Amino acid sequence: MERKAIFEKVLHIVKPYVKNQEAFAAANDSTKFIEDLKINSARLVDIVLAFEDEFSFPISDEEAEEIQTIGSAVDLISQKFNAK
Amino acid sequence: MRRVVITGLGVIAPNGNNLKAFTEALKQGKSGIRYYEKLKELNFGCQIGGAPQNVEEMRERTFNEEDRRTMNEALSFACLTGLECWNHAGMPDVASHPQKVYEDTGAVIGVGIGGLDTISQTLVPMINAGKVRRMGSTIVENIMASGPSARLAGFLGLGGQVTTNSSACTTGTEAIVDAYFKIKEGRCNRMLAGGVESSSYFIWGGFDSMRVLPTGFNATPEQGSRPMSASSQGFVPGSGCGLLMLEELETAQKRGAHIYAEILGAEVNAGGQRNGGSMTAPSPAGVIRCIKTALARAKVIPEEIDLINGHLTGTFADPHEISNWQKALNISPKNFPFIQATKSLIGHGLGGAGGMECVAVVSQMHHGFIHGSLNCEDLHPDLQDYANSIAHKTINKEIKIVAKASFGFGDVNGCIIFKKWE
Repeated sequence: MERKAIFEKVLHIVKPYVKNQEAFAAANDSTKFIEDLKINSARLVDIVLAFEDEFSFPISDEEAEEIQTIGSAVDLISQKFNAK
Repeated sequence: MRRVVITGLGVIAPNGNNLKAFTEALKQGKSGIRYYEKLKELNFGCQIGGAPQNVEEMRERTFNEEDRRTMNEALSFACLTGLECWNHAGMPDVASHPQKVYEDTGAVIGVGIGGLDTISQTLVPMINAGKVRRMGSTIVENIMASGPSARLAGFLGLGGQVTTNSSACTTGTEAIVDAYFKIKEGRCNRMLAGGVESSSYFIWGGFDSMRVLPTGFNATPEQGSRPMSASSQGFVPGSGCGLLMLEELETAQKRGAHIYAEILGAEVNAGGQRNGGSMTAPSPAGVIRCIKTALARAKVIPEEIDLINGHLTGTFADPHEISNWQKALNISPKNFPFIQATKSLIGHGLGGAGGMECVAVVSQMHHGFIHGSLNCEDLHPDLQDYANSIAHKTINKEIKIVAKASFGFGDVNGCIIFKKWE
């Protein structure tokens, strides 16, 4: 899957949890989930579960900890998806 | 001496899912009891119950997607009701002050049983399937007893004590009594208080198993809830939420709030599970002492009471309850105040019952009517002497003093004396 398609899917999954819509409208690879989008940190668990469901592979706790920006999520998913 | 008044109401009930609809339903004698096919499929003896309608539609109108995904039924009921109560009390629009914390305002919102919808649909099946790590982040906040009060506090920015009580079917009334004393003591100036219960059939099942629910009205659900009737078979399980905004008098007056009623006195106690009391039945002495103490604190004499809003569930205990009221008030049955059973319209809302019924009391005082008690035209033989005190249809009448009581498993009691604000 192309990186851009994954980027769009990540935005779609994250959207319901976003509290700062302005930052979301301008989202790019360096946009941070908690600091910029103001997502409740507890909900990151739900977002990671949604990634697992959407792309059909498991994400370990260690991998999940590295997901802090949209770019880091897209990179991890691209790498795992294309390695499948 | 700090006085405590009621400045707002909120409710979501089986026969009306906001204050206006609920008040109108009380006035029209509209039942909220319905037949549920699911209960039949599951071999329940009692296949009828009371559950608020069109809740999903309300959730969509009120909450964003994250809120909808992360709130089970009890949290949704409490937050919908709490927001209505806040607005009805004329408090500032929360959205226009998103960072404000109301340091002098708290909440006591009780639950009887709790988040069994989440426990039964998610927690138990997923853990049993070895999927504990896929349950997501929202299990604890939905099953913790304080989930409803905590979630509402987040919507409103409450900065006083935010807590939860639980005392079975006394819960909602006890919450209001607790909040009343906290405000009186000066620990808070304003509290949202009442109770909530969801409509999970996992909650209702335990009562069906006890054989305390009616089995003979599955084809005629609106006739199933029959407090004070000779042909009553048990209580109809219900659900919902009712909250009052309790406020210290001067605080309310300073902000120009509309005042609906005053709480003159209140009491919660227990019967000790002695002298006829048990886990499931109240000791008459405990009930009588509770009512008498509330009246003494209110400095109200029994003859001043216009209306009793009883616990009156539709079980064999109703005639005993009225006998206890008679002994507590020491008024002859012929001269008794009006007695009503709100549960005849909404069933027994368990942890939510006291809250919804106290909303019914204050709304009736405000609008000047006594709602009829359904399905007791065939009055229980022990209650024949009270026939003149029981309205089957709504009566338009000014009511000034109401005594409200709730009783619960564990032999626990609660009583509140309300006075219309004039």
